[in-house]
Amino acid sequence: MKSPDLNPLLSSCFAPIRRRSCYRPLIAGRAPAGFPSPAADHYDKRLDLNEHLVLHPEATFFLRVKGNSMIGAGIHDGDLLVVDRSLEPSHGRVVIAALDGELTVKRLHQQRGKILLCADNPDYPAIEIRQGQELQIWGVVAHVIHKV
Amino acid sequence: MRPVFALVDGNNFYVSCERVFNPRLEGKPVVVLSNNDGCIVARSQEARALGIRMGAPFFEAKHLIRSHGLIWLSSNYTLYGDMSARLMAVLGEFAPHQEIYSIDECFLDLTGIPNDLVAHAQQMRKRIKQYLGLPTCVGIGHSKTLAKLANHIAKKRLHYQGVFSWSHCNRLEADALMADIEIGEVWGVGRRLKIKLEQCGIRSVCDLKYASTSLIRKRFGVVLERTVHELNGISCLHLEDTEDHQAVRKHQIISSKSFGKPVHELDELRQAVVSYVTRAAEKLRQQGSWCSHLLIYLRTNPFAPHDPQYAKSITIPLLVGTDDTRVLAKYASAGIERIYRPGFAYKKAGVMLLDLHPAGQDLGDLFCNPPQRERSSQLMQVMDRLNQEYGSNTLRLAAAGLRPQWTMRSSERSPNYTTAWHELAQACANR
Repeated sequence: MKSPDLNPLLSSCFAPIRRRSCYRPLIAGRAPAGFPSPAADHYDKRLDLNEHLVLHPEATFFLRVKGNSMIGAGIHDGDLLVVDRSLEPSHGRVVIAALDGELTVKRLHQQRGKILLCADNPDYPAIEIRQGQELQIWGVVAHVIHKV
Repeated sequence: MRPVFALVDGNNFYVSCERVFNPRLEGKPVVVLSNNDGCIVARSQEARALGIRMGAPFFEAKHLIRSHGLIWLSSNYTLYGDMSARLMAVLGEFAPHQEIYSIDECFLDLTGIPNDLVAHAQQMRKRIKQYLGLPTCVGIGHSKTLAKLANHIAKKRLHYQGVFSWSHCNRLEADALMADIEIGEVWGVGRRLKIKLEQCGIRSVCDLKYASTSLIRKRFGVVLERTVHELNGISCLHLEDTEDHQAVRKHQIISSKSFGKPVHELDELRQAVVSYVTRAAEKLRQQGSWCSHLLIYLRTNPFAPHDPQYAKSITIPLLVGTDDTRVLAKYASAGIERIYRPGFAYKKAGVMLLDLHPAGQDLGDLFCNPPQRERSSQLMQVMDRLNQEYGSNTLRLAAAGLRPQWTMRSSERSPNYTTAWHELAQACANR
Protein backbone atom coordinates (compact mmCIF):
# COMPACT_ATOMS: atom_id res chain seq x y z
CA MET A 1 0.00 0.00 0.00
CA LYS A 2 1.51 3.28 -1.03
CA SER A 3 1.36 6.23 1.24
CA PRO A 4 -0.85 8.76 -0.50
CA ASP A 5 -0.21 12.40 -1.13
CA LEU A 6 -2.09 14.11 1.63
CA ASN A 7 -1.88 17.77 0.85
CA PRO A 8 -5.55 18.36 0.16
CA LEU A 9 -6.48 16.39 3.26
CA LEU A 10 -4.00 18.18 5.42
CA SER A 11 -5.16 21.54 4.26
CA SER A 12 -8.61 20.72 5.55
CA CYS A 13 -7.12 19.60 8.87
CA PHE A 14 -5.27 22.85 9.29
CA ALA A 15 -8.30 25.00 8.69
CA PRO A 16 -8.26 27.88 11.20
CA ILE A 17 -10.29 27.28 14.32
CA ARG A 18 -12.53 30.22 15.01
CA ARG A 19 -13.58 30.69 18.54
CA ARG A 20 -14.94 33.53 20.51
CA SER A 21 -13.78 32.93 24.02
CA CYS A 22 -10.48 31.98 25.50
CA TYR A 23 -10.27 28.80 27.52
CA ARG A 24 -8.11 28.13 30.51
CA PRO A 25 -6.04 24.97 30.60
CA LEU A 26 -7.90 21.91 31.74
CA ILE A 27 -6.76 20.19 34.90
CA ALA A 28 -8.53 16.98 35.72
CA GLY A 29 -9.75 16.43 39.25
CA ARG A 30 -10.16 18.83 42.12
CA ALA A 31 -7.80 19.72 44.90
CA PRO A 32 -9.14 18.32 48.16
CA ALA A 33 -9.49 21.19 50.56
CA GLY A 34 -11.85 21.78 53.43
CA PHE A 35 -14.68 19.71 54.80
CA PRO A 36 -15.21 16.25 53.21
CA SER A 37 -18.73 15.41 52.08
CA PRO A 38 -20.54 13.63 54.91
CA ALA A 39 -22.56 11.67 52.33
CA ALA A 40 -19.52 10.28 50.54
CA ASP A 41 -19.70 6.96 52.33
CA HIS A 42 -23.41 6.54 51.73
CA TYR A 43 -23.66 6.73 47.96
CA ASP A 44 -25.67 3.86 46.58
CA LYS A 45 -26.08 3.01 42.94
CA ARG A 46 -29.39 3.93 41.37
CA LEU A 47 -32.11 1.34 41.12
CA ASP A 48 -32.07 -0.48 37.83
CA LEU A 49 -35.40 -1.85 36.58
CA ASN A 50 -33.57 -4.62 34.74
CA GLU A 51 -32.63 -6.13 38.08
CA HIS A 52 -36.29 -6.25 38.97
CA LEU A 53 -37.74 -7.37 35.65
CA VAL A 54 -35.03 -9.53 34.10
CA LEU A 55 -33.81 -12.30 36.38
CA HIS A 56 -32.46 -14.55 33.62
CA PRO A 57 -31.13 -12.26 30.89
CA GLU A 58 -30.25 -15.08 28.50
CA ALA A 59 -33.74 -16.55 28.71
CA THR A 60 -35.69 -13.29 28.69
CA PHE A 61 -37.43 -11.95 25.61
CA PHE A 62 -39.75 -9.00 25.11
CA LEU A 63 -42.95 -9.37 23.12
CA ARG A 64 -45.58 -6.87 22.08
CA VAL A 65 -49.25 -7.65 22.78
CA LYS A 66 -51.81 -7.48 20.03
CA GLY A 67 -55.47 -7.74 21.01
CA ASN A 68 -57.59 -7.65 24.13
CA SER A 69 -58.29 -11.24 25.07
CA MET A 70 -56.12 -11.04 28.21
CA ILE A 71 -57.49 -7.79 29.54
CA GLY A 72 -58.63 -9.49 32.77
CA ALA A 73 -55.00 -10.27 33.55
CA GLY A 74 -54.12 -6.62 33.12
CA ILE A 75 -52.65 -7.23 29.66
CA HIS A 76 -53.76 -4.67 27.12
CA ASP A 77 -53.30 -4.18 23.43
CA GLY A 78 -49.85 -2.71 22.79
CA ASP A 79 -48.39 -3.68 26.18
CA LEU A 80 -44.91 -5.04 26.54
CA LEU A 81 -44.51 -8.57 27.89
CA VAL A 82 -41.38 -9.69 29.69
CA VAL A 83 -41.21 -13.41 28.96
CA ASP A 84 -38.85 -15.55 30.99
CA ARG A 85 -38.33 -18.90 29.30
CA SER A 86 -36.41 -20.28 32.24
CA LEU A 87 -39.61 -20.43 34.31
CA GLU A 88 -41.56 -23.70 34.25
CA PRO A 89 -45.08 -23.33 32.90
CA SER A 90 -47.64 -24.39 35.45
CA HIS A 91 -51.36 -24.24 36.09
CA GLY A 92 -52.66 -20.71 36.31
CA ARG A 93 -49.67 -18.94 34.81
CA VAL A 94 -49.89 -16.62 31.85
CA VAL A 95 -47.88 -18.16 29.05
CA ILE A 96 -46.91 -17.65 25.44
CA ALA A 97 -48.00 -20.65 23.38
CA ALA A 98 -47.04 -21.44 19.83
CA LEU A 99 -50.46 -22.15 18.39
CA ASP A 100 -51.12 -22.72 14.70
CA GLY A 101 -47.88 -21.00 13.81
CA GLU A 102 -48.61 -17.98 15.98
CA LEU A 103 -47.25 -16.82 19.33
CA THR A 104 -50.32 -16.42 21.50
CA VAL A 105 -50.65 -15.16 25.06
CA LYS A 106 -53.07 -17.22 27.22
CA ARG A 107 -53.56 -18.48 30.73
CA LEU A 108 -52.58 -22.13 31.14
CA HIS A 109 -55.11 -24.45 32.79
CA GLN A 110 -54.11 -27.98 33.71
CA GLN A 111 -56.78 -29.97 35.48
CA ARG A 112 -57.41 -33.72 35.63
CA GLY A 113 -55.28 -34.39 32.58
CA LYS A 114 -57.06 -31.73 30.60
CA ILE A 115 -55.13 -28.79 29.20
CA LEU A 116 -56.87 -25.55 28.36
CA LEU A 117 -55.58 -22.27 27.04
CA CYS A 118 -57.87 -19.66 28.52
CA ALA A 119 -58.41 -16.03 27.68
CA ASP A 120 -58.97 -13.55 30.48
CA ASN A 121 -61.91 -11.98 28.76
CA PRO A 122 -65.43 -13.46 28.68
CA ASP A 123 -65.73 -12.64 24.97
CA TYR A 124 -63.13 -15.25 24.05
CA PRO A 125 -63.75 -18.99 24.49
CA ALA A 126 -61.09 -21.27 26.00
CA ILE A 127 -59.13 -23.52 23.67
CA GLU A 128 -58.95 -27.15 24.68
CA ILE A 129 -55.87 -29.14 23.78
CA ARG A 130 -56.90 -32.69 22.96
CA GLN A 131 -54.96 -35.85 23.65
CA GLY A 132 -52.28 -36.38 21.05
CA GLN A 133 -52.38 -32.76 20.00
CA GLU A 134 -49.03 -31.17 20.54
CA LEU A 135 -48.89 -27.96 22.49
CA GLN A 136 -45.72 -25.97 22.63
CA ILE A 137 -45.42 -23.56 25.52
CA TRP A 138 -42.98 -20.95 24.30
CA GLY A 139 -42.39 -19.18 27.59
CA VAL A 140 -43.87 -17.91 30.82
CA VAL A 141 -44.89 -14.25 31.08
CA ALA A 142 -43.10 -12.79 34.08
CA HIS A 143 -44.18 -9.15 33.85
CA VAL A 144 -46.40 -6.92 31.81
CA ILE A 145 -45.39 -3.33 31.20
CA HIS A 146 -48.38 -1.15 30.64
CA LYS A 147 -48.13 2.47 29.68
CA VAL A 148 -50.49 4.59 31.72
CA MET B 1 -5.71 -36.15 34.12
CA ARG B 2 -6.71 -36.94 30.58
CA PRO B 3 -8.41 -33.94 28.99
CA VAL B 4 -12.01 -34.15 27.79
CA PHE B 5 -13.55 -31.74 25.31
CA ALA B 6 -17.07 -31.13 24.11
CA LEU B 7 -18.06 -29.42 20.90
CA VAL B 8 -21.54 -27.91 21.06
CA ASP B 9 -23.24 -26.35 18.08
CA GLY B 10 -26.64 -25.19 16.98
CA ASN B 11 -28.47 -27.30 14.41
CA ASN B 12 -29.27 -25.27 11.29
CA PHE B 13 -28.52 -22.30 13.48
CA TYR B 14 -29.80 -19.44 11.32
CA VAL B 15 -33.01 -21.24 10.40
CA SER B 16 -33.53 -22.25 14.04
CA CYS B 17 -33.15 -18.63 15.17
CA GLU B 18 -35.83 -17.61 12.69
CA ARG B 19 -38.13 -20.39 13.84
CA VAL B 20 -38.00 -19.32 17.47
CA PHE B 21 -39.90 -16.16 16.65
CA ASN B 22 -41.86 -17.44 13.70
CA PRO B 23 -43.35 -20.84 14.57
CA ARG B 24 -44.94 -20.92 11.13
CA LEU B 25 -41.56 -21.97 9.73
CA GLU B 26 -41.58 -25.15 11.82
CA GLY B 27 -41.54 -28.35 9.78
CA LYS B 28 -41.21 -26.50 6.48
CA PRO B 29 -38.33 -26.29 4.03
CA VAL B 30 -36.59 -22.99 4.81
CA VAL B 31 -33.39 -21.45 3.47
CA VAL B 32 -31.52 -18.34 4.58
CA LEU B 33 -29.63 -16.35 1.95
CA SER B 34 -26.33 -14.51 2.06
CA ASN B 35 -26.29 -10.75 2.43
CA ASN B 36 -27.05 -10.05 -1.18
CA ASP B 37 -29.80 -12.63 -1.32
CA GLY B 38 -27.47 -14.41 -3.71
CA CYS B 39 -26.48 -17.72 -2.16
CA ILE B 40 -27.94 -20.18 0.28
CA VAL B 41 -26.09 -20.03 3.60
CA ALA B 42 -28.41 -22.09 5.79
CA ARG B 43 -30.93 -24.83 5.18
CA SER B 44 -33.51 -26.49 7.35
CA GLN B 45 -33.57 -30.29 7.44
CA GLU B 46 -36.57 -30.24 5.11
CA ALA B 47 -34.70 -28.03 2.64
CA ARG B 48 -31.73 -30.42 2.71
CA ALA B 49 -34.09 -33.26 1.96
CA LEU B 50 -35.10 -31.41 -1.22
CA GLY B 51 -31.49 -31.72 -2.35
CA ILE B 52 -30.60 -28.05 -1.89
CA ARG B 53 -26.83 -27.67 -1.62
CA MET B 54 -25.07 -25.44 0.89
CA GLY B 55 -23.72 -22.33 -0.79
CA ALA B 56 -25.71 -22.91 -3.97
CA PRO B 57 -26.88 -19.82 -5.84
CA PHE B 58 -30.47 -19.13 -4.88
CA PHE B 59 -31.77 -19.07 -8.46
CA GLU B 60 -31.02 -22.78 -8.73
CA ALA B 61 -33.51 -23.49 -5.95
CA LYS B 62 -36.11 -20.91 -6.88
CA HIS B 63 -38.35 -23.40 -8.69
CA LEU B 64 -38.86 -25.22 -5.37
CA ILE B 65 -40.81 -22.25 -4.00
CA ARG B 66 -43.75 -23.18 -6.18
CA SER B 67 -43.36 -26.92 -6.28
CA HIS B 68 -42.47 -27.62 -2.65
CA GLY B 69 -43.38 -24.50 -0.71
CA LEU B 70 -39.76 -23.57 -0.10
CA ILE B 71 -39.55 -20.52 2.15
CA TRP B 72 -36.59 -18.15 1.79
CA LEU B 73 -35.35 -15.42 4.09
CA SER B 74 -32.62 -12.82 3.89
CA SER B 75 -30.01 -13.23 6.58
CA ASN B 76 -30.54 -11.28 9.78
CA TYR B 77 -27.16 -11.16 11.47
CA THR B 78 -28.40 -8.81 14.17
CA LEU B 79 -30.77 -11.53 15.34
CA TYR B 80 -28.29 -14.40 14.92
CA GLY B 81 -25.61 -12.45 16.75
CA ASP B 82 -27.84 -11.80 19.75
CA MET B 83 -29.02 -15.41 19.90
CA SER B 84 -25.41 -16.54 19.61
CA ALA B 85 -24.36 -14.37 22.55
CA ARG B 86 -27.16 -15.91 24.63
CA LEU B 87 -26.21 -19.42 23.52
CA MET B 88 -22.57 -18.93 24.46
CA ALA B 89 -23.45 -17.40 27.82
CA VAL B 90 -25.65 -20.37 28.75
CA LEU B 91 -23.07 -22.92 27.55
CA GLY B 92 -20.29 -21.14 29.40
CA GLU B 93 -21.96 -22.06 32.67
CA PHE B 94 -21.48 -25.76 31.99
CA ALA B 95 -17.69 -25.82 31.93
CA PRO B 96 -14.78 -23.98 33.49
CA HIS B 97 -13.30 -23.11 30.08
CA GLN B 98 -14.95 -22.23 26.81
CA GLU B 99 -13.62 -21.41 23.38
CA ILE B 100 -16.13 -19.72 21.11
CA TYR B 101 -15.24 -21.12 17.75
CA SER B 102 -17.87 -19.60 15.49
CA ILE B 103 -21.24 -17.91 15.68
CA ASP B 104 -22.93 -21.20 16.52
CA GLU B 105 -20.28 -23.51 17.95
CA CYS B 106 -17.98 -23.63 20.92
CA PHE B 107 -15.58 -26.01 22.57
CA LEU B 108 -15.94 -26.69 26.27
CA ASP B 109 -13.26 -28.16 28.47
CA LEU B 110 -14.96 -30.85 30.55
CA THR B 111 -11.77 -32.18 32.10
CA GLY B 112 -12.27 -33.17 35.70
CA ILE B 113 -16.04 -32.78 35.75
CA PRO B 114 -17.18 -35.67 37.93
CA ASN B 115 -20.68 -35.99 36.45
CA ASP B 116 -21.67 -38.47 33.79
CA LEU B 117 -20.65 -36.36 30.81
CA VAL B 118 -23.37 -37.59 28.49
CA ALA B 119 -25.99 -36.67 31.06
CA HIS B 120 -24.22 -33.33 31.54
CA ALA B 121 -24.39 -32.70 27.80
CA GLN B 122 -28.07 -33.66 27.68
CA GLN B 123 -28.66 -31.10 30.39
CA MET B 124 -26.97 -28.44 28.26
CA ARG B 125 -29.17 -29.29 25.31
CA LYS B 126 -32.27 -29.21 27.46
CA ARG B 127 -31.35 -25.86 29.00
CA ILE B 128 -30.68 -24.29 25.62
CA LYS B 129 -33.86 -25.67 24.14
CA GLN B 130 -35.84 -24.26 27.03
CA TYR B 131 -34.10 -20.89 27.42
CA LEU B 132 -33.58 -20.09 23.75
CA GLY B 133 -35.71 -22.54 21.79
CA LEU B 134 -32.68 -23.68 19.82
CA PRO B 135 -31.81 -27.32 19.03
CA THR B 136 -28.16 -28.28 19.55
CA CYS B 137 -25.86 -31.28 19.28
CA VAL B 138 -22.90 -32.19 21.47
CA GLY B 139 -19.84 -34.28 20.68
CA ILE B 140 -17.44 -35.44 23.41
CA GLY B 141 -13.92 -36.81 23.10
CA HIS B 142 -10.40 -36.75 24.46
CA SER B 143 -9.23 -34.26 21.83
CA LYS B 144 -10.81 -31.34 20.03
CA THR B 145 -10.66 -33.27 16.76
CA LEU B 146 -12.47 -36.23 18.34
CA ALA B 147 -15.05 -33.90 19.92
CA LYS B 148 -15.73 -32.34 16.55
CA LEU B 149 -16.07 -35.74 14.91
CA ALA B 150 -18.35 -36.92 17.73
CA ASN B 151 -20.54 -33.91 17.07
CA HIS B 152 -20.82 -34.95 13.44
CA ILE B 153 -21.98 -38.40 14.57
CA ALA B 154 -24.46 -36.93 17.05
CA LYS B 155 -25.96 -34.94 14.23
CA LYS B 156 -26.17 -37.71 11.64
CA ARG B 157 -27.27 -40.60 13.85
CA LEU B 158 -30.48 -39.63 15.48
CA HIS B 159 -30.62 -42.51 17.94
CA TYR B 160 -27.88 -40.87 20.00
CA GLN B 161 -30.41 -38.10 20.75
CA GLY B 162 -28.07 -35.27 20.04
CA VAL B 163 -25.12 -36.33 22.19
CA PHE B 164 -22.34 -38.65 21.14
CA SER B 165 -19.32 -39.44 23.28
CA TRP B 166 -16.52 -41.75 22.24
CA SER B 167 -16.81 -43.27 25.70
CA HIS B 168 -20.07 -44.77 24.38
CA CYS B 169 -18.15 -47.39 22.49
CA ASN B 170 -15.11 -49.65 22.69
CA ARG B 171 -12.20 -49.49 20.31
CA LEU B 172 -13.69 -51.85 17.73
CA GLU B 173 -16.97 -49.99 17.61
CA ALA B 174 -15.14 -46.67 17.38
CA ASP B 175 -13.07 -47.94 14.45
CA ALA B 176 -16.20 -49.19 12.72
CA LEU B 177 -17.83 -45.78 13.11
CA MET B 178 -14.71 -44.03 11.80
CA ALA B 179 -14.47 -46.40 8.86
CA ASP B 180 -17.93 -45.22 7.90
CA ILE B 181 -17.07 -41.52 7.80
CA GLU B 182 -15.22 -40.05 4.88
CA ILE B 183 -11.98 -38.21 5.44
CA GLY B 184 -13.37 -34.79 4.50
CA GLU B 185 -15.34 -34.68 7.74
CA VAL B 186 -12.20 -34.50 9.85
CA TRP B 187 -11.53 -31.10 11.37
CA GLY B 188 -8.94 -29.31 9.27
CA VAL B 189 -9.17 -31.57 6.22
CA GLY B 190 -10.31 -29.34 3.39
CA ARG B 191 -11.30 -30.27 -0.12
CA ARG B 192 -7.81 -30.18 -1.57
CA LEU B 193 -6.25 -32.16 1.23
CA LYS B 194 -9.04 -34.68 0.93
CA ILE B 195 -8.22 -35.34 -2.71
CA LYS B 196 -4.52 -35.72 -1.94
CA LEU B 197 -5.22 -38.11 0.93
CA GLU B 198 -7.53 -40.20 -1.22
CA GLN B 199 -4.77 -40.50 -3.78
CA CYS B 200 -2.71 -42.13 -1.03
CA GLY B 201 -5.52 -44.55 -0.31
CA ILE B 202 -6.67 -42.77 2.84
CA ARG B 203 -10.41 -42.55 2.38
CA SER B 204 -12.05 -42.97 5.74
CA VAL B 205 -11.37 -41.41 9.12
CA CYS B 206 -10.26 -44.84 10.29
CA ASP B 207 -7.63 -44.96 7.51
CA LEU B 208 -6.21 -41.69 8.74
CA LYS B 209 -6.28 -42.77 12.37
CA TYR B 210 -4.03 -45.74 11.59
CA ALA B 211 -1.84 -44.00 9.02
CA SER B 212 1.87 -43.87 9.80
CA THR B 213 2.56 -40.57 11.52
CA SER B 214 6.04 -40.28 10.07
CA LEU B 215 4.68 -40.79 6.57
CA ILE B 216 1.92 -38.26 7.16
CA ARG B 217 4.42 -35.74 8.49
CA LYS B 218 6.71 -36.24 5.51
CA ARG B 219 3.96 -35.89 2.93
CA PHE B 220 1.52 -33.49 4.56
CA GLY B 221 3.33 -31.70 7.36
CA VAL B 222 3.08 -31.49 11.13
CA VAL B 223 -0.43 -30.10 11.19
CA LEU B 224 -1.94 -33.26 9.78
CA GLU B 225 0.36 -35.39 11.89
CA ARG B 226 -1.13 -33.67 14.88
CA THR B 227 -4.58 -34.52 13.57
CA VAL B 228 -3.61 -38.21 13.48
CA HIS B 229 -2.53 -38.02 17.11
CA GLU B 230 -5.75 -36.29 18.00
CA LEU B 231 -7.78 -39.02 16.26
CA ASN B 232 -5.95 -41.50 18.49
CA GLY B 233 -7.11 -39.64 21.56
CA ILE B 234 -3.86 -37.79 22.21
CA SER B 235 -4.81 -34.17 22.70
CA CYS B 236 -2.48 -31.72 20.95
CA LEU B 237 -4.75 -28.69 20.68
CA HIS B 238 -5.81 -26.73 23.70
CA LEU B 239 -8.67 -24.35 24.19
CA GLU B 240 -7.97 -20.83 23.21
CA ASP B 241 -9.19 -18.74 26.05
CA THR B 242 -11.95 -16.67 24.59
CA GLU B 243 -12.56 -14.75 27.76
CA ASP B 244 -9.19 -13.12 27.30
CA HIS B 245 -9.93 -12.60 23.64
CA GLN B 246 -13.09 -10.75 24.40
CA ALA B 247 -11.43 -8.54 26.98
CA VAL B 248 -8.92 -7.39 24.41
CA ARG B 249 -10.20 -4.51 22.36
CA LYS B 250 -10.15 -4.91 18.66
CA HIS B 251 -7.12 -3.41 16.99
CA GLN B 252 -8.96 -2.69 13.81
CA ILE B 253 -12.56 -2.32 12.80
CA ILE B 254 -13.69 -3.22 9.33
CA SER B 255 -16.93 -2.34 7.64
CA SER B 256 -17.39 -3.35 4.05
CA LYS B 257 -20.04 -4.83 1.86
CA SER B 258 -20.66 -5.89 -1.66
CA PHE B 259 -23.16 -3.75 -3.47
CA GLY B 260 -26.56 -5.11 -4.44
CA LYS B 261 -25.86 -4.00 -8.00
CA PRO B 262 -22.81 -2.52 -9.72
CA VAL B 263 -22.11 1.09 -8.81
CA HIS B 264 -20.57 3.49 -11.33
CA GLU B 265 -20.89 6.98 -9.86
CA LEU B 266 -18.64 8.64 -7.33
CA ASP B 267 -21.63 10.09 -5.52
CA GLU B 268 -23.02 6.69 -4.70
CA LEU B 269 -19.65 5.37 -3.65
CA ARG B 270 -19.22 8.32 -1.34
CA GLN B 271 -22.57 7.60 0.27
CA ALA B 272 -21.68 3.96 0.73
CA VAL B 273 -18.33 4.74 2.31
CA VAL B 274 -19.86 7.32 4.62
CA SER B 275 -22.44 4.85 5.80
CA TYR B 276 -19.77 2.17 6.40
CA VAL B 277 -17.65 4.60 8.34
CA THR B 278 -20.74 5.51 10.36
CA ARG B 279 -21.20 1.90 11.38
CA ALA B 280 -17.51 1.44 12.09
CA ALA B 281 -17.42 4.58 14.23
CA GLU B 282 -20.33 3.24 16.28
CA LYS B 283 -18.32 0.11 17.02
CA LEU B 284 -15.30 2.26 17.79
CA ARG B 285 -17.23 4.21 20.41
CA GLN B 286 -18.71 1.03 21.85
CA GLN B 287 -15.28 -0.22 22.73
CA GLY B 288 -14.16 3.21 23.91
CA SER B 289 -11.42 3.72 21.36
CA TRP B 290 -10.16 6.41 19.07
CA CYS B 291 -8.58 5.67 15.74
CA SER B 292 -5.69 7.49 14.11
CA HIS B 293 -5.68 5.93 10.65
CA LEU B 294 -8.39 5.34 8.15
CA LEU B 295 -8.19 2.99 5.21
CA ILE B 296 -10.61 3.21 2.30
CA TYR B 297 -10.75 0.75 -0.54
CA LEU B 298 -12.85 -0.13 -3.51
CA ARG B 299 -12.81 -2.75 -6.23
CA THR B 300 -14.64 -4.03 -9.25
CA ASN B 301 -16.00 -7.55 -9.47
CA PRO B 302 -13.12 -10.03 -9.97
CA PHE B 303 -15.66 -12.70 -10.93
CA ALA B 304 -16.66 -10.74 -13.99
CA PRO B 305 -13.40 -11.28 -15.92
CA HIS B 306 -14.71 -9.60 -19.06
CA ASP B 307 -15.28 -6.30 -17.28
CA PRO B 308 -12.35 -3.91 -16.90
CA GLN B 309 -10.84 -4.42 -13.46
CA TYR B 310 -9.68 -1.86 -10.93
CA ALA B 311 -8.90 -2.00 -7.25
CA LYS B 312 -7.32 0.63 -5.07
CA SER B 313 -6.95 1.62 -1.48
CA ILE B 314 -5.76 4.63 0.43
CA THR B 315 -4.62 5.03 4.02
CA ILE B 316 -5.26 8.35 5.66
CA PRO B 317 -3.42 9.32 8.83
CA LEU B 318 -5.45 11.53 11.13
CA LEU B 319 -3.74 14.34 12.95
CA VAL B 320 -5.51 13.59 16.19
CA GLY B 321 -7.26 10.40 17.18
CA THR B 322 -11.03 10.62 16.97
CA ASP B 323 -14.27 8.69 17.27
CA ASP B 324 -16.40 11.42 15.72
CA THR B 325 -18.47 10.08 12.82
CA ARG B 326 -18.44 13.48 11.14
CA VAL B 327 -14.68 13.79 11.14
CA LEU B 328 -14.20 10.22 9.93
CA ALA B 329 -16.84 10.70 7.25
CA LYS B 330 -15.08 13.80 5.97
CA TYR B 331 -11.81 11.96 5.48
CA ALA B 332 -13.54 8.89 4.11
CA SER B 333 -15.17 11.05 1.41
CA ALA B 334 -11.88 12.71 0.63
CA GLY B 335 -10.26 9.28 0.41
CA ILE B 336 -12.80 7.76 -1.94
CA GLU B 337 -12.60 10.83 -4.20
CA ARG B 338 -8.89 10.28 -4.39
CA ILE B 339 -8.99 6.64 -5.45
CA TYR B 340 -12.11 6.74 -7.61
CA ARG B 341 -11.65 6.28 -11.35
CA PRO B 342 -14.64 6.71 -13.65
CA GLY B 343 -15.59 4.05 -16.15
CA PHE B 344 -15.64 1.00 -13.90
CA ALA B 345 -18.47 -1.06 -12.48
CA TYR B 346 -17.67 -1.21 -8.77
CA LYS B 347 -18.73 -4.19 -6.73
CA LYS B 348 -17.37 -3.49 -3.30
CA ALA B 349 -16.09 -0.72 -1.10
CA GLY B 350 -14.94 -0.74 2.47
CA VAL B 351 -13.56 1.13 5.38
CA MET B 352 -11.06 0.07 8.01
CA LEU B 353 -10.35 2.00 11.17
CA LEU B 354 -6.78 1.35 12.17
CA ASP B 355 -4.33 2.33 14.84
CA LEU B 356 -6.91 2.16 17.61
CA HIS B 357 -6.14 3.27 21.13
CA PRO B 358 -8.11 4.13 24.26
CA ALA B 359 -10.18 7.28 23.86
CA GLY B 360 -8.73 10.48 25.22
CA GLN B 361 -5.13 9.38 25.05
CA ASP B 362 -3.90 12.07 22.70
CA LEU B 363 -5.56 15.05 24.33
CA GLY B 364 -2.34 16.99 24.53
CA ASP B 365 -2.22 17.83 20.87
CA LEU B 366 -1.45 21.37 19.83
CA PHE B 367 -4.52 21.64 17.64
CA CYS B 368 -6.98 20.06 19.94
CA ASN B 369 -9.76 22.10 21.34
CA PRO B 370 -11.18 20.55 24.52
CA PRO B 371 -14.61 22.20 24.46
CA GLN B 372 -15.06 21.14 20.86
CA ARG B 373 -14.05 17.62 21.84
CA GLU B 374 -16.60 17.67 24.61
CA ARG B 375 -19.37 18.81 22.25
CA SER B 376 -18.38 16.21 19.73
CA SER B 377 -18.50 13.43 22.27
CA GLN B 378 -21.90 14.60 23.54
CA LEU B 379 -23.28 14.72 20.04
CA MET B 380 -22.01 11.22 19.30
CA GLN B 381 -23.59 9.95 22.51
CA VAL B 382 -26.93 11.40 21.52
CA MET B 383 -26.61 9.93 18.05
CA ASP B 384 -25.76 6.47 19.40
CA ARG B 385 -28.56 6.56 21.93
CA LEU B 386 -31.16 7.60 19.37
CA ASN B 387 -30.01 4.94 16.94
CA GLN B 388 -30.06 2.31 19.64
CA GLU B 389 -33.51 3.25 20.75
CA TYR B 390 -35.20 3.87 17.43
CA GLY B 391 -33.21 1.60 15.16
CA SER B 392 -29.95 2.14 13.37
CA ASN B 393 -29.80 5.01 10.89
CA THR B 394 -32.57 6.96 12.59
CA LEU B 395 -30.09 9.79 12.89
CA ARG B 396 -27.36 9.78 10.29
CA LEU B 397 -25.25 12.00 8.13
CA ALA B 398 -26.95 13.34 5.03
CA ALA B 399 -23.75 12.43 3.21
CA ALA B 400 -24.69 8.76 3.62
CA GLY B 401 -27.55 9.39 1.21
CA LEU B 402 -31.24 9.61 1.90
CA ARG B 403 -32.45 6.89 -0.39
CA PRO B 404 -29.43 4.81 -1.21
CA GLN B 405 -29.52 2.70 -4.35
CA TRP B 406 -26.39 0.76 -3.58
CA THR B 407 -27.59 -0.95 -0.42
CA MET B 408 -27.73 -4.66 0.00
CA ARG B 409 -30.66 -6.50 -1.30
CA SER B 410 -32.22 -8.15 1.67
CA SER B 411 -35.83 -8.01 0.82
CA GLU B 412 -37.01 -10.78 3.14
CA ARG B 413 -35.17 -9.98 6.34
CA SER B 414 -37.05 -10.91 9.50
CA PRO B 415 -37.52 -8.28 12.22
CA ASN B 416 -34.80 -7.73 14.81
CA TYR B 417 -36.91 -9.48 17.41
CA THR B 418 -34.40 -9.20 20.23
CA THR B 419 -32.66 -5.88 19.65
CA ALA B 420 -35.17 -3.29 18.40
CA TRP B 421 -38.17 -2.05 20.37
CA HIS B 422 -40.33 -1.51 17.33
CA GLU B 423 -39.53 -4.90 15.82
CA LEU B 424 -40.50 -7.17 18.74
CA ALA B 425 -42.41 -10.37 18.07
CA GLN B 426 -46.14 -10.15 18.64
CA ALA B 427 -48.05 -12.07 21.26
CA CYS B 428 -51.53 -12.46 19.84
CA ALA B 429 -54.38 -11.83 22.22
CA ASN B 430 -57.14 -11.70 19.68
CA ARG B 431 -58.71 -15.09 19.78
